[in-house]
Amino acid sequence: MTFAGATMFVVTAIFAIAGALITIWSRRPLRAAIGLLVHIISLSGMFLTLDAQLMAVLQLLVYAGAVVVLFVFVIMLIGPAAEVGPIEGRLASRTLSIAMVVAVVLALSTSVAYLDAPWVEVPDGFGTVQGLGMEIYKNAAVPFEIISITLLVAIIGAIAVARSRTE
Amino acid sequence: MGIGTYLALASVLFGIGAAGFLVRRNMLIQLMSIELMLNSVNVVLLAFNRAHPGNHDGQLFAFFVIAVAAAELVIGLSILIAYYRIKKTLDTDDATLLKY
Repeated sequence: MTFAGATMFVVTAIFAIAGALITIWSRRPLRAAIGLLVHIISLSGMFLTLDAQLMAVLQLLVYAGAVVVLFVFVIMLIGPAAEVGPIEGRLASRTLSIAMVVAVVLALSTSVAYLDAPWVEVPDGFGTVQGLGMEIYKNAAVPFEIISITLLVAIIGAIAVARSRTE
Repeated sequence: MGIGTYLALASVLFGIGAAGFLVRRNMLIQLMSIELMLNSVNVVLLAFNRAHPGNHDGQLFAFFVIAVAAAELVIGLSILIAYYRIKKTLDTDDATLLKY
Protein backbone atom coordinates (compact mmCIF):
# COMPACT_ATOMS: atom_id res chain seq x y z
CA MET A 1 0.00 0.00 0.00
CA THR A 2 1.34 3.43 -0.90
CA PHE A 3 1.99 6.11 1.68
CA ALA A 4 -0.94 8.16 0.39
CA GLY A 5 -3.21 5.13 0.71
CA ALA A 6 -2.05 4.48 4.26
CA THR A 7 -2.59 8.13 5.22
CA MET A 8 -6.06 8.04 3.67
CA PHE A 9 -6.83 4.88 5.60
CA VAL A 10 -5.74 6.34 8.94
CA VAL A 11 -7.70 9.58 8.44
CA THR A 12 -10.86 7.82 7.29
CA ALA A 13 -10.57 5.25 10.08
CA ILE A 14 -10.39 7.98 12.73
CA PHE A 15 -13.39 9.77 11.25
CA ALA A 16 -15.35 6.52 10.88
CA ILE A 17 -14.84 5.59 14.54
CA ALA A 18 -15.63 9.13 15.68
CA GLY A 19 -18.82 9.20 13.60
CA ALA A 20 -19.91 5.81 14.93
CA LEU A 21 -19.31 6.93 18.52
CA ILE A 22 -21.30 10.13 17.95
CA THR A 23 -24.10 8.02 16.49
CA ILE A 24 -24.49 5.78 19.50
CA TRP A 25 -23.67 8.34 22.19
CA SER A 26 -25.63 11.43 21.32
CA ARG A 27 -28.90 12.04 23.09
CA ARG A 28 -30.48 13.93 20.19
CA PRO A 29 -31.34 11.72 17.19
CA LEU A 30 -30.48 14.50 14.74
CA ARG A 31 -26.91 14.60 16.05
CA ALA A 32 -26.81 10.83 15.76
CA ALA A 33 -27.89 11.14 12.13
CA ILE A 34 -25.08 13.62 11.47
CA GLY A 35 -22.64 11.22 13.14
CA LEU A 36 -23.92 8.49 10.82
CA LEU A 37 -23.33 10.83 7.89
CA VAL A 38 -19.69 11.43 8.95
CA HIS A 39 -19.23 7.69 9.37
CA ILE A 40 -20.65 6.92 5.94
CA ILE A 41 -18.63 9.57 4.09
CA SER A 42 -15.38 8.41 5.70
CA LEU A 43 -16.17 4.77 4.90
CA SER A 44 -16.73 5.83 1.32
CA GLY A 45 -13.22 7.31 1.33
CA MET A 46 -11.90 4.08 2.82
CA PHE A 47 -13.49 2.09 0.00
CA LEU A 48 -11.36 4.14 -2.40
CA THR A 49 -8.19 2.84 -0.72
CA LEU A 50 -9.49 -0.68 -1.43
CA ASP A 51 -9.86 0.00 -5.19
CA ALA A 52 -13.64 -0.15 -4.97
CA GLN A 53 -14.59 3.01 -6.84
CA LEU A 54 -18.13 1.99 -7.76
CA MET A 55 -18.86 0.85 -4.22
CA ALA A 56 -17.58 4.19 -2.88
CA VAL A 57 -19.97 6.07 -5.16
CA LEU A 58 -22.85 3.75 -4.28
CA GLN A 59 -22.09 4.21 -0.59
CA LEU A 60 -22.40 7.97 -1.01
CA LEU A 61 -25.52 7.74 -3.19
CA VAL A 62 -27.45 5.16 -1.20
CA TYR A 63 -26.35 5.88 2.36
CA ALA A 64 -25.51 9.58 2.45
CA GLY A 65 -28.11 10.36 -0.20
CA ALA A 66 -31.03 8.17 0.80
CA VAL A 67 -30.59 6.55 4.20
CA VAL A 68 -29.52 9.63 6.18
CA VAL A 69 -32.18 11.76 4.47
CA LEU A 70 -34.79 9.13 5.37
CA PHE A 71 -33.63 9.24 9.00
CA VAL A 72 -33.82 13.03 9.05
CA PHE A 73 -37.30 12.94 7.52
CA VAL A 74 -38.51 10.54 10.21
CA ILE A 75 -36.94 12.66 12.98
CA MET A 76 -38.70 15.70 11.50
CA LEU A 77 -41.99 13.79 11.29
CA ILE A 78 -41.86 12.60 14.89
CA GLY A 79 -40.56 15.80 16.43
CA PRO A 80 -39.53 16.24 20.06
CA ALA A 81 -40.74 12.76 21.06
CA ALA A 82 -37.81 11.29 19.13
CA GLU A 83 -35.72 11.90 22.25
CA VAL A 84 -36.42 9.32 24.90
CA GLY A 85 -35.93 9.87 28.62
CA PRO A 86 -32.60 10.22 30.42
CA ILE A 87 -32.38 6.67 31.77
CA GLU A 88 -31.78 4.23 28.97
CA GLY A 89 -31.87 0.58 29.91
CA ARG A 90 -31.19 -0.99 33.27
CA LEU A 91 -27.68 -0.67 34.66
CA ALA A 92 -27.12 -4.44 34.90
CA SER A 93 -28.17 -5.16 31.34
CA ARG A 94 -26.20 -2.17 30.09
CA THR A 95 -23.01 -3.28 31.86
CA LEU A 96 -23.48 -6.88 30.74
CA SER A 97 -24.03 -5.98 27.11
CA ILE A 98 -21.06 -3.59 26.98
CA ALA A 99 -18.80 -6.20 28.64
CA MET A 100 -19.99 -8.82 26.15
CA VAL A 101 -19.36 -6.56 23.17
CA VAL A 102 -15.91 -5.52 24.44
CA ALA A 103 -14.93 -9.16 24.96
CA VAL A 104 -16.06 -10.17 21.48
CA VAL A 105 -14.38 -7.17 19.83
CA LEU A 106 -11.11 -7.75 21.69
CA ALA A 107 -11.08 -11.43 20.75
CA LEU A 108 -11.95 -10.70 17.12
CA SER A 109 -9.61 -7.80 16.50
CA THR A 110 -6.59 -9.30 18.24
CA SER A 111 -7.01 -12.54 16.31
CA VAL A 112 -7.27 -10.88 12.89
CA ALA A 113 -4.97 -7.87 13.31
CA TYR A 114 -1.78 -9.84 12.56
CA LEU A 115 -3.10 -11.06 9.18
CA ASP A 116 -1.06 -9.63 6.35
CA ALA A 117 -1.86 -10.61 2.80
CA PRO A 118 0.42 -8.96 0.25
CA TRP A 119 -1.41 -6.32 -1.73
CA VAL A 120 -1.14 -7.78 -5.22
CA GLU A 121 -1.52 -5.55 -8.28
CA VAL A 122 -5.16 -5.15 -9.25
CA PRO A 123 -6.12 -6.14 -12.80
CA ASP A 124 -7.40 -3.52 -15.20
CA GLY A 125 -10.91 -2.34 -14.47
CA PHE A 126 -11.04 -3.76 -10.93
CA GLY A 127 -13.85 -2.13 -9.02
CA THR A 128 -14.73 0.36 -11.73
CA VAL A 129 -18.23 0.81 -13.11
CA GLN A 130 -17.29 -1.28 -16.14
CA GLY A 131 -15.56 -4.07 -14.23
CA LEU A 132 -18.19 -4.54 -11.53
CA GLY A 133 -21.01 -3.93 -14.02
CA MET A 134 -19.81 -6.70 -16.30
CA GLU A 135 -19.45 -8.96 -13.27
CA ILE A 136 -23.07 -8.31 -12.27
CA TYR A 137 -24.23 -8.76 -15.85
CA LYS A 138 -22.40 -12.05 -16.33
CA ASN A 139 -22.56 -13.73 -12.93
CA ALA A 140 -25.34 -12.10 -10.91
CA ALA A 141 -28.08 -11.07 -13.31
CA VAL A 142 -30.79 -13.09 -11.54
CA PRO A 143 -29.91 -11.88 -7.99
CA PHE A 144 -29.84 -8.34 -9.39
CA GLU A 145 -33.41 -8.70 -10.66
CA ILE A 146 -34.50 -10.31 -7.39
CA ILE A 147 -33.03 -7.32 -5.52
CA SER A 148 -35.21 -5.00 -7.58
CA ILE A 149 -38.29 -7.05 -6.63
CA THR A 150 -37.17 -6.95 -2.98
CA LEU A 151 -36.95 -3.16 -3.11
CA LEU A 152 -40.40 -2.97 -4.74
CA VAL A 153 -41.86 -5.17 -2.00
CA ALA A 154 -40.14 -2.98 0.61
CA ILE A 155 -41.71 0.16 -0.88
CA ILE A 156 -45.19 -1.39 -0.92
CA GLY A 157 -44.70 -2.78 2.57
CA ALA A 158 -43.58 0.59 3.90
CA ILE A 159 -46.69 2.25 2.48
CA ALA A 160 -48.93 -0.49 3.88
CA VAL A 161 -47.40 -0.39 7.36
CA ALA A 162 -46.94 3.35 7.80
CA ARG A 163 -50.08 4.81 6.21
CA SER A 164 -52.55 6.31 8.63
CA ARG A 165 -55.62 4.21 9.13
CA THR A 166 -58.69 6.40 9.07
CA GLU A 167 -61.39 3.78 9.58
CA MET B 1 -1.04 -1.45 6.80
CA GLY B 2 -2.15 -4.92 5.75
CA ILE B 3 -5.54 -6.52 5.49
CA GLY B 4 -5.50 -7.24 9.22
CA THR B 5 -5.78 -3.53 10.00
CA TYR B 6 -8.95 -3.30 7.94
CA LEU B 7 -10.39 -6.39 9.63
CA ALA B 8 -9.55 -5.06 13.11
CA LEU B 9 -11.13 -1.71 12.27
CA ALA B 10 -14.23 -3.43 10.91
CA SER B 11 -14.60 -5.50 14.08
CA VAL B 12 -14.26 -2.35 16.20
CA LEU B 13 -16.96 -0.63 14.12
CA PHE B 14 -19.18 -3.70 14.39
CA GLY B 15 -18.66 -3.67 18.15
CA ILE B 16 -19.66 0.00 18.38
CA GLY B 17 -22.81 -0.76 16.40
CA ALA B 18 -23.64 -3.80 18.52
CA ALA B 19 -23.08 -1.84 21.75
CA GLY B 20 -25.34 0.93 20.47
CA PHE B 21 -28.04 -1.56 19.58
CA LEU B 22 -27.89 -3.27 22.97
CA VAL B 23 -27.53 -0.22 25.22
CA ARG B 24 -29.74 2.42 23.64
CA ARG B 25 -33.49 2.24 24.04
CA ASN B 26 -34.32 4.77 21.33
CA MET B 27 -35.65 2.89 18.31
CA LEU B 28 -34.15 5.42 15.87
CA ILE B 29 -30.66 5.05 17.34
CA GLN B 30 -31.04 1.29 17.28
CA LEU B 31 -31.82 1.39 13.55
CA MET B 32 -28.74 3.57 13.01
CA SER B 33 -26.67 1.03 14.96
CA ILE B 34 -27.90 -1.70 12.61
CA GLU B 35 -26.65 0.42 9.72
CA LEU B 36 -23.25 0.74 11.45
CA MET B 37 -22.99 -3.04 11.73
CA LEU B 38 -23.96 -3.59 8.08
CA ASN B 39 -21.37 -1.02 6.98
CA SER B 40 -18.59 -2.74 8.92
CA VAL B 41 -19.45 -6.00 7.15
CA ASN B 42 -19.01 -4.19 3.83
CA VAL B 43 -15.51 -3.10 4.89
CA VAL B 44 -14.57 -6.74 5.52
CA LEU B 45 -15.96 -7.88 2.16
CA LEU B 46 -14.14 -5.17 0.22
CA ALA B 47 -10.85 -5.73 2.08
CA PHE B 48 -10.86 -9.46 1.29
CA ASN B 49 -11.79 -8.72 -2.30
CA ARG B 50 -8.83 -6.33 -2.52
CA ALA B 51 -6.53 -9.08 -1.22
CA HIS B 52 -7.82 -11.51 -3.88
CA PRO B 53 -8.53 -9.26 -6.87
CA GLY B 54 -8.97 -12.10 -9.37
CA ASN B 55 -12.74 -11.67 -9.32
CA HIS B 56 -15.34 -9.26 -7.97
CA ASP B 57 -17.17 -11.62 -5.61
CA GLY B 58 -16.65 -9.52 -2.48
CA GLN B 59 -17.71 -6.28 -4.11
CA LEU B 60 -20.72 -8.04 -5.61
CA PHE B 61 -21.71 -9.26 -2.17
CA ALA B 62 -21.22 -5.80 -0.66
CA PHE B 63 -23.44 -4.39 -3.43
CA PHE B 64 -26.26 -6.73 -2.42
CA VAL B 65 -25.68 -5.99 1.26
CA ILE B 66 -26.23 -2.27 0.54
CA ALA B 67 -29.44 -3.00 -1.39
CA VAL B 68 -30.86 -5.29 1.29
CA ALA B 69 -29.86 -2.83 4.02
CA ALA B 70 -31.82 -0.09 2.24
CA ALA B 71 -34.91 -2.31 2.02
CA GLU B 72 -34.56 -3.33 5.67
CA LEU B 73 -34.22 0.29 6.76
CA VAL B 74 -37.37 1.34 4.89
CA ILE B 75 -39.41 -1.36 6.58
CA GLY B 76 -37.85 -0.60 9.97
CA LEU B 77 -38.65 3.10 9.76
CA SER B 78 -42.23 2.45 8.67
CA ILE B 79 -42.69 0.09 11.62
CA LEU B 80 -41.21 2.84 13.82
CA ILE B 81 -43.78 5.34 12.54
CA ALA B 82 -46.63 2.88 13.08
CA TYR B 83 -45.33 2.19 16.60
CA TYR B 84 -45.09 5.92 17.33
CA ARG B 85 -48.73 6.39 16.24
CA ILE B 86 -49.86 3.84 18.80
CA LYS B 87 -47.55 4.59 21.73
CA LYS B 88 -46.48 8.24 21.20
CA THR B 89 -42.93 7.29 22.19
CA LEU B 90 -39.89 5.62 20.64
CA ASP B 91 -38.73 3.87 23.80
CA THR B 92 -38.43 0.14 23.11
CA ASP B 93 -39.03 -0.64 26.80
CA ASP B 94 -42.63 0.45 26.22
CA ALA B 95 -43.05 -1.91 23.27
CA THR B 96 -45.17 -4.41 25.16
CA LEU B 97 -48.11 -4.77 22.78
CA LEU B 98 -47.30 -8.41 22.00
CA LYS B 99 -46.08 -9.26 25.49
CA TYR B 100 -49.27 -9.93 27.42
